[in-house]
Amino acid sequence: MTNYSIAPEPLDGKVPPGPIEHKWDDHKFASTLVNPANKRRFEVIVVGTGLAGASAAATLGELGYRVKAFCFQDSPRRAHSIAAQGGINAAKNYRNDGDSIYRLFYDTVKGGDYRAREANVYRLAQVSVDIIDQCTAQGVPFAREYGGLLDNRSFGGAQVSRTFYARGQTGQQLLLGSYQALERQINLGTVEMFPRTEMLELVVKDGVAVGIVVRNLVTGAVTSHSAHAVVLATGGYSNAFYLSTNAKGCNVTAAWRAHRKGAYFANPCYTQIHPTCIPASDDFQSKLTLMSESLRNDGRIWVPKDPSDTRSPDQIPEADRDYFLERRYPAFGNLVPRDVASRAAKREVDEGRGVGPLKNGVYLDFAEAIGRLGRHVLEERYDNLFEMYERITGEDPYKVPMRIYPAVHYTMGGLWVDYDLMTNVPGLYALGEANFSDHGANRLGASALMQGLADGYFVLPATISNYLAPQLGRSPVPTSDPVFQAAEAEVSERTKRFLAIRGTKSPDHFHRELGKIVWDNCGMARSQDSLTKALGEIPALRDEFYRDVKVLGGDMDFNQSLERAGRVADFLEFSELMCLDALHREESCGGHFRVEHQTEDGEALRDDDDFAYAGAWEFTGVGGAPVLHKEPLVFENVKLAQRSYK
Amino acid sequence: MHVNLRVWRQAGPKAEGHFEDYAVDEVSPDMSFLELFDVLNEQLLADGVEPVAFDHDCREGICGSCSMMINGQAHGPERGTATCQLHMRKFEDGAHITVEPWRARSFPIVKDLAVDRGALDRIVEAGGYITVRTGSAPEANLTPIPKEVADWAMDAAACIGCGACVAACPNGAAQLFTAAKVSHLNLLPQGQSERYERVANMVDTMEEYFGSCTLHRECEAACPKEISIDFIAMMNRDYVKAQFKNRRLIAQK
Ligand SMILES: Cc1cc2nc3c(=O)[nH]c(=O)nc-3n(C[C@H](O)[C@H](O)[C@H](O)COP(=O)(O)OP(=O)(O)OC[C@H]3O[C@@H](n4cnc5c(N)ncnc54)[C@H](O)[C@@H]3O)c2cc1C
Ligand code: SF4
Ligand code: FES
Repeated sequence: MTNYSIAPEPLDGKVPPGPIEHKWDDHKFASTLVNPANKRRFEVIVVGTGLAGASAAATLGELGYRVKAFCFQDSPRRAHSIAAQGGINAAKNYRNDGDSIYRLFYDTVKGGDYRAREANVYRLAQVSVDIIDQCTAQGVPFAREYGGLLDNRSFGGAQVSRTFYARGQTGQQLLLGSYQALERQINLGTVEMFPRTEMLELVVKDGVAVGIVVRNLVTGAVTSHSAHAVVLATGGYSNAFYLSTNAKGCNVTAAWRAHRKGAYFANPCYTQIHPTCIPASDDFQSKLTLMSESLRNDGRIWVPKDPSDTRSPDQIPEADRDYFLERRYPAFGNLVPRDVASRAAKREVDEGRGVGPLKNGVYLDFAEAIGRLGRHVLEERYDNLFEMYERITGEDPYKVPMRIYPAVHYTMGGLWVDYDLMTNVPGLYALGEANFSDHGANRLGASALMQGLADGYFVLPATISNYLAPQLGRSPVPTSDPVFQAAEAEVSERTKRFLAIRGTKSPDHFHRELGKIVWDNCGMARSQDSLTKALGEIPALRDEFYRDVKVLGGDMDFNQSLERAGRVADFLEFSELMCLDALHREESCGGHFRVEHQTEDGEALRDDDDFAYAGAWEFTGVGGAPVLHKEPLVFENVKLAQRSYK
Repeated sequence: MHVNLRVWRQAGPKAEGHFEDYAVDEVSPDMSFLELFDVLNEQLLADGVEPVAFDHDCREGICGSCSMMINGQAHGPERGTATCQLHMRKFEDGAHITVEPWRARSFPIVKDLAVDRGALDRIVEAGGYITVRTGSAPEANLTPIPKEVADWAMDAAACIGCGACVAACPNGAAQLFTAAKVSHLNLLPQGQSERYERVANMVDTMEEYFGSCTLHRECEAACPKEISIDFIAMMNRDYVKAQFKNRRLIAQK
């Protein structure tokens, strides 16, 4: 699939008028409200209970809506958000170091390489301060200074200290905060929770989202749920690459099923590679582990100058080390944004200066920080990370430098949404990492948690009434309606199909193969050749999958291979779109690096004349030529400039 | 490396379970325990045997999904380590390893090694939160919290809800899990308004589902987050106080 067509009409993000500082307030004021007594007459489905979904479900329930929430784990507390280590940004300016809402907005637009929608980003920066208040009040044990006030640190790509954190477990503590708020609503009866339940189809009637079809993962039962609105907060698609830092269960199924039913998928080629992960050690590797990038605050990244240097790192004198980030980016040093740091590390490894048994990493060294601050300070800051590293590699980072290498970590692309976070399918919303969001072509560290919670606590609860209010008095489409019956039949058939193939290879085998194709050809560096190659290989692999996948067991059972088969099947369709998007975007920006488009120094070269738009794809059939809808991005506040971290 | 596994197989909640023996060759010491099961499952699939069901997700020791009883120890032999973070370098070549699901009355088996830990969510539902309407929170720095207190609360909050404490306890008690949540919230100034109601509701719900604590301390030894048993004492003190305070409050109503 290398063909596509372009829609003649631009896509409208429905950004409210007025100066950027006032848009959100004005918009809230102009919004239609549902009066408190009528809220319980509306039903809302929330799929996903990570930070975005749990905060949305809890807040909607608290407002009085009747909510049904779904997740595939055995408890909402286990969503992938739990794994975030580093922290969450907010423009509190507690450090008096020149931070402000405007600066957070500016940094995010710039960090995103000018491919985000300004108005959304500004709103995100505005509500960031409320998030910290909310979470603190919920009992999230953020780190504190000796005076008892909240502590901050600086985080990849920022020159101010605006990151709040809870040891190395910020995501866990924030998720527990929203999970607890959710549990409270469950107890009050406003939210009904369906754990171990996977959404396998979106149901659309007359162009409007009316519900979902789910499979109970324990019993295998396929059932429908209808509502006035459907909210997807189902996370990102990093696992298209098989090896990523995401949890094993993360998948694109919910978003992809919605895409197949009409929702546009925007910027799938914007994927983020995280610079500080533990390099793979072998073929059986099932996932990669992130070492929080906060480590870059105190760790120095280097490789031996001589590729054939076999001395142990502590034996290599300063003169024989190349601190390549500090050398190439004196102003930001080890704190350059993720994409810049990742590509720099790739260059060192590609040129043979990698370290470790497979020469597939670079050093992240704490010796200097230990000398300067003392071991106890590092223990205080990073102890659980150091411990985790030692557990995995068997090496003690207090003594030997860590070895790190980039890995796929986050996906900026996702379902296209307007300012209200509604997709182009009326009644279907997307939140958190599942939407194409506020990060443009590259996300700044500690901004995903912020965005998930902004969407769930503050944005959706304020905007959803615009859609719901006019429907007062209308009941949801009953699940006995033929659209639901048809969707259920489709799901059951698909499930049975996987079982009927009786091939020879596991779903994991195909997942791994797919991962290799996209990592090699659509990873840190992409070219027309590599992408064209991938676009040839993916459909072939997909055909093989449908001929040769082996899934044992039954459909009316707890069957994890069957779950995996379904997710891999969707990745096999999705990846094609990701590569096509990467091929069509003839520029380099943020996480999307096309080798044909780089400056003389090897930095990303944007093409603002031709590509300052969000590319939202419309599905026209598997392997068919999708339609590209362009949302022009207008920069009225932040002047377009080539990013420079020199 | 080569290992001999004896794995609990059970087709469903009501089915009879039994052990099966499987040999796995070509185990690398760098493999995690769950990667060993990935390899085993590939092998079983190739042989036409249904793979072993087990819960897992993050594989970083933080989501609390993984839950294997390894040679009679919840999460296996390494202290402070969840199953997914346990590596094969901790085992001898040729080791015999018995793997069972969490066994507790309150954790019905779903299939093979996967169990239903929903009862832990019921405890949180009963009061494991601080009531804050979204948007109504005061400025975060309004209430300073001494660093020691915040750190202490964080120690308790680190619980990942895996249920190893319950599985390790001869009585199937959930005291450590419950105490961790109660203490996290009851230590903080924000948690004071609901302090006694919280502990009473959570403990009462806990007792509905779980066995009683007779201070075996097995929970602390099994906990992958090394949650201290001191929190149980803290919870018990608050619970006793709650009996008086709540009664007084009811009398005033
Ligand atoms: C290792 C790691 C560290 C990170 N550290 C940071 C950090 O320090 N700071 C930061 O800001 N960001 C960080 N991130 C990114 C951030 O954690 C995520 O982007 C964010 O948590 C995503 O939240 P979410 O609510 O959108 O989705 P998730 O937390 O992924 O939740 C998805 C939910 O959807 C459910 N779901 C998915 N599909 C289905 C389906 N078909 N049916 C039913 N339910 C479904 C899942 O059960 C889950 O509940 C990190 C990411 C990783 C991988
Ligand atoms: S207290 Fe420890 S063992 Fe018990 S659920 Fe929490 S983390 Fe697991
Ligand atoms: S798989 Fe998440 S804690 Fe082990």
